[in-house]
Amino acid sequence: MRGGFWRSAGLIALRDLRVELRSGEALTVVFPFAVVASWIAPLATNASPLLLRDLAAPVYWLITLLFGMMIVLRQTALETRAQRRALALTGLDPAARFAGRSGASGLVLAAVAGTLILPVIIFYDYRPPSGGALMAPVIILAAAGLAMLGTLAGDVTIGLRARTSLAPLLMAPLAVPLVMGAAQSLESLVAGKSIITWVLVLVIADLGLAAAGVMSARALEEISL
Amino acid sequence: MPAGGPTRFSVSGAIPIHSKRVSHPPGQPASSALPLVDLVDLSVSLGGTPVLSGCRLTLRPGESLGVAGPNGAGKSTLLGVVATFIAPTGGSGTVLGAPLASPRVPAVRPGIGWSGHLPALYPDLTLGENLTLNAQLTGYPASQGQMVLEQVGLGAAAGIRAERCSNGMLRRADLARLLIGSPRLVLLDEPDAGLDQDAAPIIDHLIRKTTTRGGAVLCVSHDADKLSGWVDRVVEMRDGRIM
Repeated sequence: MRGGFWRSAGLIALRDLRVELRSGEALTVVFPFAVVASWIAPLATNASPLLLRDLAAPVYWLITLLFGMMIVLRQTALETRAQRRALALTGLDPAARFAGRSGASGLVLAAVAGTLILPVIIFYDYRPPSGGALMAPVIILAAAGLAMLGTLAGDVTIGLRARTSLAPLLMAPLAVPLVMGAAQSLESLVAGKSIITWVLVLVIADLGLAAAGVMSARALEEISL
Repeated sequence: MPAGGPTRFSVSGAIPIHSKRVSHPPGQPASSALPLVDLVDLSVSLGGTPVLSGCRLTLRPGESLGVAGPNGAGKSTLLGVVATFIAPTGGSGTVLGAPLASPRVPAVRPGIGWSGHLPALYPDLTLGENLTLNAQLTGYPASQGQMVLEQVGLGAAAGIRAERCSNGMLRRADLARLLIGSPRLVLLDEPDAGLDQDAAPIIDHLIRKTTTRGGAVLCVSHDADKLSGWVDRVVEMRDGRIM
């Protein structure tokens, strides 16, 4: 008897996390460059500390989006047709594959995004709000959304010649609600306002992406074989 | 038909290049059993180019068939169709009872074992992790992964990452994948590519194990002589047609 949906998703997530851990690409390659990128704005603009503080949240999420795309798209880009075919023959539910892959990408992305706050605090003189613990669910929701979006974009562009440029181009505009929701949540936290509206934007975007991923998983798998 | 009876050729219109005695499951004559693969006038075009045309092929339980032909003959595409990876553009066919390109296809996939040109292993995982993942996703205990690695002589190499293995080791491990769960239909694409002579019995074992359990094997290669050593009969393929 084959395992259930969540067991299969867990096995796929574990596989992707193992691969990520061993290659170390997210932490040793992507993260250092993301730190450098976060340093560019204060270095190049010579902006006032007040302006930098205002820029901190949008710049942080823009960098998370750009470098996060590399993390989430890399995983689908590495998978060969032979590997996809072998997976399909195990009877793995493509929706479980989507869930597992997105889960692993989301975890790595959340870890990178969480750590990236440190350089933002340093370079932008950003002061995390008193309710700073609320930043964690915002980062997790945004990372989950970006991971699902990246997995979808990676699957949609499988086999296309222009894949390496098309996948990020497809992903960036669709990430607007996620980046906006996440950036505005942090802004609201700093201003001491309620973040519930923006968290709801994130939740709705995540649910929409999860539904799109699960419903299109079978069709996308057939195309990819 | 008793085991070891005369060969029944069931590839319609096919001229066997080689044939030998077939062993069928006890009490189940090959001629009466429902076919595991049945292709009728099947055609495939890829990007507008015809790759397969008018292919007729029937594979019954207990049979093993080899398809020989030069590069570009359409052998791998034929295997891709039977593996349900490539949808036919003409004709019809069933695999393990499911009509090709029908919604029933995903349900029969776990009954198919396929080994292609390139090993379907993850380079960053060890051989053991690769096989264990396959076993677990197929619904078997993780120990099956280690067990089949031992069967192909790679028990001691289970902890080595696939990226550090030789091509021969990867091919062995890829064949070990097919020993998990005993698929009813085994599809092999140039199975000896990269394998040394010592590893040839692995292919033989896999084919015998599948056919004696009532499964069927379809194996393609450019070398008809090699195929004849593994399978019951060999047919030739040229320009997308089974001759």
